[in-house]
Amino acid sequence: MSDMTMTVSGGSGAEEALRFHVAEDHHPENATLLGFWLYLMSDCLIFACLFATYGVLGREYAGGPSAKEVLELPIVAVNTTLLLLSSITYGFSVLEMQQNRRGPMMAWLIVTWFLGAGFITLELTEFTHLVSIGAGPGRSAFLSSFFTLVGTHGLHVTSGLIWMIVLLVQVGKKGLIPANKRRLMCLSMFWHFLDVVWVGVFSFVYLMGVLS
Amino acid sequence: MTFHSPDLGKLFFGRLTLDDIPYHEPILIFTFIGVAIGAIAVLGLITYYRKWGYLWNEWFTSVDHKKIGIMYIVLALIMLLRGFADALMMRGQQAMAFGAHEGYLPAHHYDQIFTAHGTIMIFFVAMPFITGLINFVMPLQIGSRDVAFPFLNNFSFWMTVSGAVLVMASLFIGVFARTGWLAYPPLSELPASPDSGVDYWIWGLQIAGVGTTLSGINMIATIVKMRAPGMTMMRMPIFTWTALLANVLIVAAFPVLTATLALLALDRYAGTHFFTNDLGGNYMMYINLIWVWGHPEVYILVLPAFGVYSEVTSTFSRKRLFGYASMVYATVVIAVLSYLVWLHHFFTMGSGASVNSFFGITTMIISIPTGAKIFNWMFTMYRGRIVYDVAMMWVVAFIVTFVIGGMTGVLLAVPPADFQLHNSLFLIAHFHNVIIGGVLFGMFAGVNYWFPKAFGFRLDPFWGKVSFWFWVVGFYFAFMPLYWLGLMGVTRRVRHFDDPSLQIWFEIAAFGAVLIMLGIAAMLVQFAVSIMHRDKLRDTTGDPWHGRTLEWSTSSPPPPYNFAFTPQVHDIDTWWQMKQHNWRRPMEGFVPIHMPKNTGTGVYLAVLSFIFGFAMVWYMWLVAAISFVALLAVAIHHTFNYDRDYYIRADEVHRIEAARAGA
Repeated sequence: MSDMTMTVSGGSGAEEALRFHVAEDHHPENATLLGFWLYLMSDCLIFACLFATYGVLGREYAGGPSAKEVLELPIVAVNTTLLLLSSITYGFSVLEMQQNRRGPMMAWLIVTWFLGAGFITLELTEFTHLVSIGAGPGRSAFLSSFFTLVGTHGLHVTSGLIWMIVLLVQVGKKGLIPANKRRLMCLSMFWHFLDVVWVGVFSFVYLMGVLS
Repeated sequence: MTFHSPDLGKLFFGRLTLDDIPYHEPILIFTFIGVAIGAIAVLGLITYYRKWGYLWNEWFTSVDHKKIGIMYIVLALIMLLRGFADALMMRGQQAMAFGAHEGYLPAHHYDQIFTAHGTIMIFFVAMPFITGLINFVMPLQIGSRDVAFPFLNNFSFWMTVSGAVLVMASLFIGVFARTGWLAYPPLSELPASPDSGVDYWIWGLQIAGVGTTLSGINMIATIVKMRAPGMTMMRMPIFTWTALLANVLIVAAFPVLTATLALLALDRYAGTHFFTNDLGGNYMMYINLIWVWGHPEVYILVLPAFGVYSEVTSTFSRKRLFGYASMVYATVVIAVLSYLVWLHHFFTMGSGASVNSFFGITTMIISIPTGAKIFNWMFTMYRGRIVYDVAMMWVVAFIVTFVIGGMTGVLLAVPPADFQLHNSLFLIAHFHNVIIGGVLFGMFAGVNYWFPKAFGFRLDPFWGKVSFWFWVVGFYFAFMPLYWLGLMGVTRRVRHFDDPSLQIWFEIAAFGAVLIMLGIAAMLVQFAVSIMHRDKLRDTTGDPWHGRTLEWSTSSPPPPYNFAFTPQVHDIDTWWQMKQHNWRRPMEGFVPIHMPKNTGTGVYLAVLSFIFGFAMVWYMWLVAAISFVALLAVAIHHTFNYDRDYYIRADEVHRIEAARAGA
């Protein structure tokens, strides 16, 4: 404790006491990444509810088509590949960001964007096909929970794509300043998080659906 | 208004027609006239005194956690008046509607009132109250300049306001839900509730819920990252601990509410079958999900109140809190257990004996850490020099009242007993006993305790005591008869009774409600009298109660930056220790202070959210689409503003500090 003690007002000298304030400007470490991670966990709980709902209602076909009849693995396999690749390319983008190389960083982000857009396009194709054969979300509880779980993930990917465009513009205008790097790291967490959720959707909904 | 093309009108106005304005219901017309006159008077006064600029610049756009906290509490008090008016109307109806007398409220109106009462009291009174107190007090207690995300804080507040306004709008445009405050399906599904009521409920809560979740994230990040140097977790004030756990519960529970409301909305808007009776839907899924949120919610409300009691008890007993570590562990245990009890809200719904036993036992276990806390408060008081200021009186009333409520709770936790008491007025008496006696008493203690910190003068103790006695006595008159009625088998949400022998108990309960009304009136008088006599009640020390924690070390009201120098912490009762060492606020050597700038974006986003919610309620698809795109555009536009902070210069800090010392 001796190294922490000093005089209170600096002038009196007679009265020894603990130091009760920090003389220099105190800067707490940045909380953005923690805050964003907490947000992701709250989002994760929304997905948990949707997974649980699918778990309970996923076999309620109500005389309509079953998972095995309507889900097509080949399309989903391509889709999964696109999304997993997009996580890798986002990773490359972050590596370039850490080297402060704006051009390659933006290029990898654009590649990521197209992979994500491809994913959404394929998903929408699948949805349109299902609705066209009379297997829309209103047909049965199974299809309600299927569309909502997969669709919520798709909505998140779409938000990620919009965010990516915004960040491309901002990095283009301001360069790789600390604020933009922080934002790129947040989007990175978001993007990888969506990948993890998708692995769950792929295994739990598609693989198990087709196997059952 | 006429349109050339009727389709355009429908596109714009959706299903909203003139018939949805309840001009044929005298009660609502009188309410509307009253509210309108009040609103015109307030707006007129603001305009007359030219205060719009002040309000906008100093309050509405402020990112200062202290001002946001105060605004939250103002919101809670305003909504308390609305929620209490509902309560008074219900008590009046039940006291007179016996035999041939039908009372004065038609069934469809009565059903809206009990739904609105529950919804408003939980979401727009209790929640803003605790969020407001946490906002104001917690950053001061941890020696911080502000919360981790100041803009987000402002945005969260306005989203809560937006949800509240949407619920209030249902009073005069269309109807509110007639389903009870948790809108159980299949009653809340489209076939049984086709009007605007449930939609108002869904969107009001959904919008406010966004604010609550984001505020929860913000507060956790603040407590984890922004504590003053030296303040380890086990040196945090107990109120900060309870704030941390309450916000962890918010982040872990509110997403479940969001998902549940979204699924119900999909059923109503998109024709899905999650909770319907047909095509595979399962309404038990809703009831499980809503209580997975709903039970932790109770602890979200009561934990911060426990924190207030801890601070007040140790301050007014002039003693260190008894059993600090056990208090922390009890709080953590309660927070964890709150996730393992949700099924006790529907023991009667056929889960079977073993499932019911599990949830009955976990429920009873919660009373152990809670009981430990009660003993800690009593041991803190034991041999202390207790000062019976108004705040401390609330603590004592709480201990007595909450123990009764807790014991009836343990009674309800026994599944066979619950089969008798389920859905009865016994349950109503129980949860009012713990929410009023636990949460609300704590908030009143907190307001009396921290008011001088917020405004620089104390609240008038005489009117505080008048309010206290009316409230406490009124509470017992209003709710003890309900225990009795519940034991005799009277169920909740009933508008009319046949058995005349019950009437006397409802009349006693109504009398209690009138006493509570006087308590609320005395509280408003207390605010008015205190403002008038503020010079007499002025506190120049910043520490009127001989407090123990850091918020009392700065002046009252604190400067925008809270502390000119960040405190260095060595003990749980930091400020007490600082006083023991004769610490004096330093008067020189100031450095520039980094501060966030105010912004109006939170207000704009909340207004757009309100328009979006209102448009969704009335199927105004065009308006909904436009307001949604506008929401996205404003949010994205905000991210293009990189110039969000500024420095208060050292000489400016010097000037403020000198003025504070002279005050």
